[in-house]
Amino acid sequence: MTKPMATREGYGQALVELGRRNERVVVLDADLSKSTQTVRFAKEFPERFFNAGVAEANLIGMAAGLAASGFIPFASTFAIFATQRAYNQIFQSVAYPGLNVKIGASHGGITVGEDGASHQAIDDLALMRALPGMTVLVPADAHEAYQATLAAAEWEGPVYIRLGRPAVPLITPPDQPFTIGRIQVLREGDDVTLAACGHMVKVALEAAEELERRGYKAAVLNVSTLKPLDQETLLHWASRTGAVVTVEEHSIIGGLGSAVAEVLSEECPVPLIRLGVRDTFGQSGKPQELLHHYGLTADNVVEAAEKIIKRKGGKNGQSDT
Amino acid sequence: MLLAKLNASGEYRELERKASLIRQHVIRMLMHAGSGHPGGSLSAVDILTALYFRVMRIDPENPQDPDRDRFVLSKGHAAPALYAVLAERGFFPVSWLESLRRLGSPLQGHPDMRKVPGVEMSTGSLGQGLSVGVGMALAAKLRGSGCRVFVLLGDGECQEGQVWEAAMAAGHYRLNNLVAIVDRNRLQIDGETEKVMALEPLAAKWRAFNWSVIEIDGHNFEEIVPALERVGYAQKPTAIIAHTVKGKGVSFMENQVDWHGVAPTKEQGLQALKELGGR
Repeated sequence: MTKPMATREGYGQALVELGRRNERVVVLDADLSKSTQTVRFAKEFPERFFNAGVAEANLIGMAAGLAASGFIPFASTFAIFATQRAYNQIFQSVAYPGLNVKIGASHGGITVGEDGASHQAIDDLALMRALPGMTVLVPADAHEAYQATLAAAEWEGPVYIRLGRPAVPLITPPDQPFTIGRIQVLREGDDVTLAACGHMVKVALEAAEELERRGYKAAVLNVSTLKPLDQETLLHWASRTGAVVTVEEHSIIGGLGSAVAEVLSEECPVPLIRLGVRDTFGQSGKPQELLHHYGLTADNVVEAAEKIIKRKGGKNGQSDT
Repeated sequence: MLLAKLNASGEYRELERKASLIRQHVIRMLMHAGSGHPGGSLSAVDILTALYFRVMRIDPENPQDPDRDRFVLSKGHAAPALYAVLAERGFFPVSWLESLRRLGSPLQGHPDMRKVPGVEMSTGSLGQGLSVGVGMALAAKLRGSGCRVFVLLGDGECQEGQVWEAAMAAGHYRLNNLVAIVDRNRLQIDGETEKVMALEPLAAKWRAFNWSVIEIDGHNFEEIVPALERVGYAQKPTAIIAHTVKGKGVSFMENQVDWHGVAPTKEQGLQALKELGGR
């Protein structure tokens, strides 16, 4: 098997591919090109790479000006700076005019690790989701990040792509084209639906295996497009299993859990447990330690799944006629 | 030589007449709307008139020409002046002007590029236009286009940190196709700029960011036009500090901070129109 890879690496490789395919693609960074992996593009296409320096507001504004002139800019920095330092710029200069700016935001979530809370974006998905017309992608592995980046370039309008720092196992096929707005069903099951995004998809898959050993069949959904949300697939599995657990490396306020809750409460009110960062800040630590501390391991998912299956009145499989 | 000068002064008189007409539109629009920003619209009228009726290479019949010059109204609250200029220049019917700020109108309180032909960027939140201008100027260089990018900023707006992020980038990338014009009317919402948050020495600030700086009388076409046409000579971006009068052209609005964001009543509007040579 291929060894684990960070989603930001898939992004960086895709940018190089896009640079070859389309001369309208330009890349901008704010002094983090090695971390965001835009350095690969910068080396190959220096004339189409612009460093804004440590100036995120201007990074987004420059990208907007390039987009208004017909280019397809990918603007990159850490997720926390892209969304928080330049939120009004993204609102005013990108989302409101609907400009074709792609924001490649690396170091999302708590698995940034040792740098601590100041560098751990746990509300970026909430902020981006709230912007009218913004498309929000959260690839699960480097393969998907690669494909999602290619898809973002084809998509007309602003796109936010959340990427991660640590190497994570590859769970999606390398050549599978990314369809924006479609949930991928990685496992089918009748007892509970595990809906996850980003690094947590792998965790949900591990949990589903453990649940199977315990006699439960879990459906696993890779919600790699958080917005526009694939309501049809979500509702199908929510209604079939009658119970949903969401897992995200993000605050439970405003991200995947909220998005799923919004749809379910209006269309298919089934029991729901949201796993994520519970209205608190991150801290320094090793990524695995942090996931354990904030309750985002496969064990935590198994525990939540068993609890919610009990709450809805037991597994579905036995009651089938 | 003398003849050219005489022709130019004749043309400048034509621009003055046009500017007066634009000012009348601004007053009428604000009267109809019952809200908006007269002070900073009137101070910017002559600069906008020079840009759209003399300096910029634009074609209302072909507003998406990739090689057109670009204008970004970073001080988006001067939208009435921009709308009036665009309408008079033929980008959309003059009859649209009376719909300013009405529900469903393309003429939003601040410019929306998706709704108004000729508007190159949606603005309103101060401090962002110059960054967009930097992106447009970079795009022109990449495409090998000779088009130029003009950005109009308010002086109070220069208190936004992002303006200086953009200024630094423009100097760094030697964007000699980029012009920043500062509408230096010396007033902002809370009072005099130098009392609220001093900007001086303003020219020195732009110079320190590697810009070529010109200071002009922003109501004198003999100074405005040559300054705007100087773009591209230095291997640097150009900053034009245009000394202006807030509320210019209407005696009771001139230099009065309270006319920043208040529309004239019907009575005041008619008085203003009389002063501007309207009906």
